[in-house]
Amino acid sequence: MRLKPILLLGATALLALVASGCGGGSKKSAAPKSSGCSVDQLNLVHKGQLTVGTDNPAFPPWFGGTPPKGSTWKVSDPNSGQGFESAVAYAVAGKLGFKKGDVHWVVVPFEQSFKPGSKSFDFDINQISYTPARAKSVDFSDSYYDVNQALIGLKGTPITSAKTSADVKKYKLGVQIGTTSYAYVTKNIKPSQQPSVYNTSSDVNSGLKAHQIDGIVVDLPTAFYITAVQIPQATIVGQFPTVGTPEHFGMVLAKGNSLTSCVDKALASLKSAGTIAKIQQEWLSNKASAPVLK
Amino acid sequence: MRARATALKLEAVHKSFGSVEVLRGVDLEVGEHEVVCLIGASGSGKSTLLRCVNLLERIDAGRIFLHGEEITRRDVDVNAVRRRVGIVFQAFNLFPHMTVLRNVTLATSRVLHKPRAEAEAEATALLERFGLADKRAEYPDRLSGGQQQRVAIVRALAMQPELMLLDEVTSALDPELVAEVLNVIRELADGGMTMVIATHEMSFARDTANRVCFLDAGRILEQGPAEEIFTHPREPRTQQFLERIIAAGRL
Amino acid sequence: MSADAETGRGDRGDRRSRILGDLRGTRNIGIAVTSTVVFFVVVAVVIANSAGWPEVRKAFFDRKLFGDSFPEVGHAFLLNIRIFCIAEALILVFALAIAVLRGLPGPVLFPFRLLAVLYTDLFRGIPTILVIYILGFGAPALQLSGVPNSPLFWGVTALVLVYSAYVAEVYRAGIESVHPSQEAAARSLGLSRAQTLRYVIVPQAVRRVIPPLLNDFIGLQKDSALVALIGPIEAFRQSQIDVAATFNYTPYMATALLFILLTIPLARLTDWLIARDRRRQSAGGAR
Repeated sequence: MRLKPILLLGATALLALVASGCGGGSKKSAAPKSSGCSVDQLNLVHKGQLTVGTDNPAFPPWFGGTPPKGSTWKVSDPNSGQGFESAVAYAVAGKLGFKKGDVHWVVVPFEQSFKPGSKSFDFDINQISYTPARAKSVDFSDSYYDVNQALIGLKGTPITSAKTSADVKKYKLGVQIGTTSYAYVTKNIKPSQQPSVYNTSSDVNSGLKAHQIDGIVVDLPTAFYITAVQIPQATIVGQFPTVGTPEHFGMVLAKGNSLTSCVDKALASLKSAGTIAKIQQEWLSNKASAPVLK
Repeated sequence: MRARATALKLEAVHKSFGSVEVLRGVDLEVGEHEVVCLIGASGSGKSTLLRCVNLLERIDAGRIFLHGEEITRRDVDVNAVRRRVGIVFQAFNLFPHMTVLRNVTLATSRVLHKPRAEAEAEATALLERFGLADKRAEYPDRLSGGQQQRVAIVRALAMQPELMLLDEVTSALDPELVAEVLNVIRELADGGMTMVIATHEMSFARDTANRVCFLDAGRILEQGPAEEIFTHPREPRTQQFLERIIAAGRL
Repeated sequence: MSADAETGRGDRGDRRSRILGDLRGTRNIGIAVTSTVVFFVVVAVVIANSAGWPEVRKAFFDRKLFGDSFPEVGHAFLLNIRIFCIAEALILVFALAIAVLRGLPGPVLFPFRLLAVLYTDLFRGIPTILVIYILGFGAPALQLSGVPNSPLFWGVTALVLVYSAYVAEVYRAGIESVHPSQEAAARSLGLSRAQTLRYVIVPQAVRRVIPPLLNDFIGLQKDSALVALIGPIEAFRQSQIDVAATFNYTPYMATALLFILLTIPLARLTDWLIARDRRRQSAGGAR
């Protein structure tokens, strides 16, 4: 009678072992490394279609268009092809040989873009900066945009009179979690107060509006959108100079995905043809107008 | 006996709990140094009567006087009255989170504002008097029921009350522990403490009480010297009650 | 006649730990050990043989990253400790006030009782995260003079408001569990209502509710991470930053470990407090 629980435990254990053994057997075989980049040779989540991820809501100027009624997308509609990242994604898709209708968008929150296990997207395009440390966990495409960080402050507050990086030191700054803005702040600005870090870009904006922070550090194109649309009472104080290697955005792919090299090829040919520059001109044209905080 | 000064006087006291009328016009006078025992069946109103005197229950009608001063007026300082009237409960109601000593000194130090040393010295003396000196540092749970009840009596005595109310203080005790508690009460009676005692211990009542009151259905049906009530009860209800008690072997 | 026999609690002396249970005799210990070993070996084998394990191990248990992030996360954890130490102290006092307010008798005090009821209903009903957002972004935006706009201040305020609602209920349950005869005994000695609460009711109530109280505090310790939502960099946020920088979840494990390390001693402390109290009240004299 006393031994019964042990027997039961043993039986459960055996069962679990068998089950796990089966699981191990059906392990997904590694995708064949193909050098060819025609649509039928690509390693895709869904055969014949390109699944592209980004976060929801998708904000201008990276995405544009108005989501149709009933759409899961908020603020912007990636399917529209409008906005910088949407346009780049469709250009890359076209180079890879997909028709516009073959491109499917899925919602991928930032933190899910690098979770272990299978990915729900072929590539994720969501203003994600390349860093060598991140590249250990996922594949990055080559740069599709070189980023500069910018500073936003509320009009009429002292921070807006800052002329140099050093002038900014004494202010309480806010950034969004997961952005390289945080790294830029701590490594290059080195403010005297610990910066506030928020979950979402909306939270950062709320922090500024609630006067919990004096300024927001964010990439320049986003800064233009925030000051133009989200917080009209705020202004761009300036953009920060590049320190060391220029920061760039790359598309995120599963580690070791054969698709990465194909995307890179597509990007390279789009760049040499001047397509990327044209798209940038169309959606991020006002970059030059922000003063540089030396 | 009637010549002594009146310590406690009840006039037509009524008390109801909801629709149940527990006291239906009780008149009672207790002289100084007098020991009055309340007897009667369970539910006859003995406990309620004592709780009303201590103002733990608010009476619905009638008046209660303590040494001539009405204590049932609305503007009376309830806490001041209770300082003068000690009550001991059937279930001891010691504070389980305090040592015996703290149980006894709580009220003397917090209510009478005696300095700690004085309160403790007095408490210790009282505990000694009732054979509890070695228990002063114990927590109540460690004591026997008889010891706990004696501590409860000491706790009430420490306030130097003008009047003690004892509410069936031996009912929760094992038979062999009853005697030690009753001895304490006898000692108090001998010392001249004015007491009103609700009890089922008839032989104790007969030996100790100056007067016995038989309560029936919220009224004092019959009262008189103990000897008279126990040997020549006039009322049939009293006779019935005593017969049942005798049949149960408790007298 | 011993007190034991009288109260019918003769087994008091050998009350055993609930975890160790009835572990008497080598046979039983043998069974317990075998069953434990079998269980954990099986769990380990199942996990290690799963298809995704190598990837999960890399993503969650990277030794080097753990070493890198632990000091950083540990430093940020000091902020968590500050948050909940301040919050706990305030909650203990504030919640007791609410509980006492709710128990006040008499028709005159009805508004206070109503207020206390509304308060507990409101703050137990709203998710903590929302209270933090609303207070953190809403209150400072009012720009009232004299009202601080530090996110830390509002984060702690939100935690105090939410947890006091819970703790007040715990206190109330404790107060109501003290038998009315205790109040009668205290009042009969001439103690005022306030004195009775202070010296007789509350001390007994608090002793009884230490386990649920501690439970709430463990919850509070964990919820101190929610303050990160409005900006401050505490342990969870710091690990999130590290995770975002490396695309590897190992820093989360460092944070998890820190929270556990803090919780376990607290849980054992409560066990000890309860045991000490029981010993003192029933198994022997004090001093």
